[in-house]
Amino acid sequence: MKEEALKIKTVDVKSFRQVDLKKKTRVGESLIQILLFMAGVLSIFTTIAIVYELGKEAMLFFGDPDVTLVKFFTMTRWQPGIGQYGIAALVSATLTTSFIAILIALPLGLASAVYLSEYASPKARGVLKPVLEILAGIPTVVYGYFALLFVTPILKTIFEDRIQVYNMLSAGLVMGIMILPLIASMSEDALSAVPRALREGAYAMGATRLETSLQIVVPAALSGIGAAVIVGVSRAVGETMIVAVAAGAGPNFSFNPLDAAETMTGHIARISGGDLSYNTIDYTSLFAIALMLFLVTLVLNLISQWIVNRFREKYE
Amino acid sequence: MMNQRRAHFPEGTDFFASLQTRYRVAAIWQSLFLSALLIAIISLTALLYNVVDGAFGYVAYDYKKDPATFTSIPVNELTKDDLLIILKENLSSGAYNKLDDEKKMETRSHADLYVLFLERLVQIDTKATWSMTDSLLRGAEIRTEAAEKYPDAQLEFRSWLTPQFLATPMSSKAEFAGVRTAILGSLWLVGIAILFALPIGVGAAVYLQEYAPKNWLTSIIQTNINNLAGVPSIVYGMLGLAVFVRTLEALTSGSAFGITDSNGRTVLSAGLTMGILVLPLIIINAQEAIKAVPDSLRQAAFGVGATRWQTVWHHVLPNALPGILTGSILAVSRALGETAPLIVVGASTFISIDPNNPFSKFTALPIQIYNWTTRPQSEFHAIAASAIIVLLVMLLTLNATAILLRNRFQRRY
Repeated sequence: MKEEALKIKTVDVKSFRQVDLKKKTRVGESLIQILLFMAGVLSIFTTIAIVYELGKEAMLFFGDPDVTLVKFFTMTRWQPGIGQYGIAALVSATLTTSFIAILIALPLGLASAVYLSEYASPKARGVLKPVLEILAGIPTVVYGYFALLFVTPILKTIFEDRIQVYNMLSAGLVMGIMILPLIASMSEDALSAVPRALREGAYAMGATRLETSLQIVVPAALSGIGAAVIVGVSRAVGETMIVAVAAGAGPNFSFNPLDAAETMTGHIARISGGDLSYNTIDYTSLFAIALMLFLVTLVLNLISQWIVNRFREKYE
Repeated sequence: MMNQRRAHFPEGTDFFASLQTRYRVAAIWQSLFLSALLIAIISLTALLYNVVDGAFGYVAYDYKKDPATFTSIPVNELTKDDLLIILKENLSSGAYNKLDDEKKMETRSHADLYVLFLERLVQIDTKATWSMTDSLLRGAEIRTEAAEKYPDAQLEFRSWLTPQFLATPMSSKAEFAGVRTAILGSLWLVGIAILFALPIGVGAAVYLQEYAPKNWLTSIIQTNINNLAGVPSIVYGMLGLAVFVRTLEALTSGSAFGITDSNGRTVLSAGLTMGILVLPLIIINAQEAIKAVPDSLRQAAFGVGATRWQTVWHHVLPNALPGILTGSILAVSRALGETAPLIVVGASTFISIDPNNPFSKFTALPIQIYNWTTRPQSEFHAIAASAIIVLLVMLLTLNATAILLRNRFQRRY
């Protein structure tokens, strides 16, 4: 067929290269595809490596005669010196600081998101949005400096002797400021995904802008906002530098924000910062804490993703 | 607010009365929403002000030994040769030879020798520091206070952030400490991290966007990447400690390549850890960039008989490049400010030798900031503030570049 067609134009087909149109196996192409596949799969190996390495050392830790799983989860003292490993002493501080942080970041972040998405003119957005982006880009160790040398002295003048130099309140407050942009930007994405038609419907019924925002838009975006809060909690639980600098340097089973206490992350940072020799119980205990941390944040992140996928309102 | 349970909607004058209330409530809430953003702005301002406030201000300092015991010439008129002679005469020969080994004394600059003179011989001793605001507003009070408390001390308005601060290595005295080693360490770290993470990250993104079939494996990879992006950075530090520092010690310490004086706590281990940490970030950003390339480009390429890889290499990647670069710059700034994994992997807090190969011990800017912030003496807080300014300026430059790049090359299809 093809040769006939060409002959009509009286072109010497012999001068053309004969092209075989069958699919060829191309070694180079397959090789590249394999390499790219490996790059994609590497991320799975990272997760496996995290679970394996943390799990391996944590097993060694739990294999120690001083430690049992029951004691680990029920004792409220963490004093390696006398063989007491009760993670509650560290978890209490993690909970306290994270709770304060969310208490600050949730209302402020959500209010910022509503303002940016529902009220702000494009010009105002152009000014306000970068502020949040800068806040999000500041390294956490700088927040630590801010907590210890700015917020703590202010708290000191308010609470006087009742507050310690290192305290969970200061760390928690600053952590709230740090998480604010995260919650604000995730919530704002959720709010702006709500279609205009819903808002216009509300306006047509005579609703004010506030009524539209709070009764129509926010409920429609609730799953996205929920996901933002969970991601915020997971960030607060995993945050290290602010608590390492400002919250205190010693495990302390306390929920009083004015006390000094050490979070799980803060403990890992302090102990691993010193000279740590392998195969000691100090070394393996850190991996047990890190494994807990990894599992908690993993579950939180999975829940958040599940919420987003499950409850995403599909419009149109 | 509208009461949904009310059976009848208010009518007539009732309606207007309730309308007034609704407007008032709306105005109150609007100002509440705005005040949340104002709090964010105030916090940011307070943070930046706090840092700048700490980096400048009055210092009261004292000399442990009077400079006059070393020379009769006034201190600020000493020439390089004078300083050389003074140092040679007054330092113990061991200390002098050690300094000479590090760098020949004759080849050192005047400023360098002057610092040595102050550091080793007269031994400057900072008694107290004041913040910038205090120094500017209560100058007179500070002068009388300093004169009372430290009669021998001299008072001077000092900027802790100087060119000297950038150029000198770490020192145990805050007055002479600098961030040179830390900046170089950070650059090595970020360089290794990006060399490792960029090719793999872009490769993974290309695979997921262009090649991957829609099946369970692909969705596991995708979910997994999203999860890795949310893993706390300190957990990556533990991974790095277990894998790079300990298990692969032969490679990361360089002992497999004949370097013997080092353990696994090298800049290579830390860089690879950081690479693993920013990998999900790079993949997600690159995926977004590749997704934004319109399908018509791919179809046109396939239409003229290009293979899949030719399409990707010649059409998709060049068009996605600005987005990929922007994402990588954001990853770099994340790596630059990340502290926790470095502590775990084992950054040295006190090190004065520049890192010069991947197997060097290292320190980094955020590590120095952490270390100086947690010391009790106020002069260390002052240099921590200066180091923060250096770090923030570096981050600002990077992000400005990213924004420029995005605006310059952004294509709209």
